[in-house]
Amino acid sequence: MLGEGIIKGMAETARNFIGSYSDPERLVTVQYPEEHIPAKQNARNFPFLVFDVEDPVAGLRCVACKICEKECPPQCIYIVMDRDDKGKPCKHPKVFDIDVSVCMSCQICVEVCPFDAIKMDTEFELSETNRYGGLLLTKDRLSKSNEYYHKIHSVEAAEVDARLADEKAKAEEKVKAKLAAAATAKAAAQAAKPVAG
Amino acid sequence: MKTTVVEPPVPSGAPVGLPAGDGRFSLLPKTSFDGRVETELLEVAMGPHHPSTHGVFRMDVVLDGETIVKLKPVFGYLHRNHEKIAENVSYLASIPYTDRLDYLCSMTNNWAYALSVEKLAGLEPPERAEYIRVIMAELTRLANHVCLIGFLAQDMGALGTPLMYGFREREKILDLFEALSGSRMMCNYMRFGGCRLDLPPGWVREARVVVDNFPKFLEEFDNLLSGNEILMARTQGVGVLTAELAVNAGITGPMLRASGVNYDIRKVDRYGIYDRFEFRVPLGDHGDVYDRYMIRLLEMWESLKILRQALDDIPEGPVMDPNAKIRNFKPKPGECYERIEGPKGELGFYLVSDGGANPYRYRVRPPSLVNLTVLEDMCLGHNVADAVAILGSVDIVLGEVDR
Repeated sequence: MLGEGIIKGMAETARNFIGSYSDPERLVTVQYPEEHIPAKQNARNFPFLVFDVEDPVAGLRCVACKICEKECPPQCIYIVMDRDDKGKPCKHPKVFDIDVSVCMSCQICVEVCPFDAIKMDTEFELSETNRYGGLLLTKDRLSKSNEYYHKIHSVEAAEVDARLADEKAKAEEKVKAKLAAAATAKAAAQAAKPVAG
Repeated sequence: MKTTVVEPPVPSGAPVGLPAGDGRFSLLPKTSFDGRVETELLEVAMGPHHPSTHGVFRMDVVLDGETIVKLKPVFGYLHRNHEKIAENVSYLASIPYTDRLDYLCSMTNNWAYALSVEKLAGLEPPERAEYIRVIMAELTRLANHVCLIGFLAQDMGALGTPLMYGFREREKILDLFEALSGSRMMCNYMRFGGCRLDLPPGWVREARVVVDNFPKFLEEFDNLLSGNEILMARTQGVGVLTAELAVNAGITGPMLRASGVNYDIRKVDRYGIYDRFEFRVPLGDHGDVYDRYMIRLLEMWESLKILRQALDDIPEGPVMDPNAKIRNFKPKPGECYERIEGPKGELGFYLVSDGGANPYRYRVRPPSLVNLTVLEDMCLGHNVADAVAILGSVDIVLGEVDR
């Protein structure tokens, strides 16, 4: 019969329409500004810098090695290393800017960072009235605490903390072993001296 | 829409489509069927902002009344210099750019590129990563075909309903992508040597729920559209692409199979671990728009079969080849071409390495662009309204056409 297919399709539409009032499966949208869908564990938006202790300046994990600046696909990171009065590099960023109007949230900076210093944020309501300055995130706006990182990515942050603690313990052990080796060498040298003399 | 009257062309070379009646070249003026009213050819620029062109794309159509006598696709509005950018950044840094080629199917784009670099550098992804890749590719295929059918129906006047039903299901797949990779569309997930992250706990269970509920939706789609008389009248016998022309023009993917050519790279190349799965390749008979619609619907059923097998068999283990390096990645000098069966057709990456940190040459073989080249052959002789349906059935994403 001509029109059978159309009637069949209309029945499908009607089932969906009625279902949207009763079946929670068919209610798939939320009233956005009032309701929010909770962010996923892996969700990512723009990068931020992690600092460890209370101090957002001294506690910054970033050592200004510029690997992320080099690897960033759209080249939106700009870093200047801090120098002390004698011009010696300080392993600390003096300037760390991310232009989020250029950033494409790809997470390459997070992957290449050997110090776990840069991580991805989940905040996405970032509209600004100032088009240029407002979207250029400077160091003070990028720095966020480790607690904040734990809050947004709890699983990943716990892994990172365990790894960092492990590395720190290994480094301390290495230093201790080095000191012990130096001490024994010194003792051996002192013991050998009178014989030579 | 801009309309201009075609000037009478200088008689040199072939005329614009109409045969000259009395041996003399005459294009204008021309008499209509009853021999009284004088008509002229009309050139219409469909696009670049026409809603049916799925992006910024223009068709310069020459019309005789309502009939298309000439059609010229004009593209390049979205050109972003993708290949040159990739030659100037490291191998790792071009993965997020491949997401933005065909922005509906970022996972398969990642895979094609990762496969190419793996061949160049001799990396071997572990078993679990291979399974994850197959699952991702087939989920992408579902999401893409659902979108395509929705947009095709919308182009033909079904305002929103099929599209919104499709988007509702696609949303569930995008939620799975977000839970895994952190982003819904720009996933940036696969790496050469494996995948960036392991599946989060409970992900396989969630994916199985989506896969198990999908057949219900496909049946709904089938009831809604396949038997619809309006859709059949608009699509059957429209935009026929013969198998000869399809093969000669290098058409791949569902479009080629709708013309009846049995060529699926998953079966031909058996890249990844596709030789382990049991699935069939649906083939069309007529090569018209309806067949192309139907092929996509049938392909989704086959994708679901693959997904069920992959979700059942996925092993435990690492997801990254231990030899793969993130920083200072420099493959040996050489060249390679690897291709996969993307949702739209053969997606291939050709790479030349000179041993440095950047590819010396980087070339994408985009399915959308190649499939678009036969648009004129499919449209000639049809009404201007059919051009919309035919373009919709080609399945283009302008991000990939223009690159």
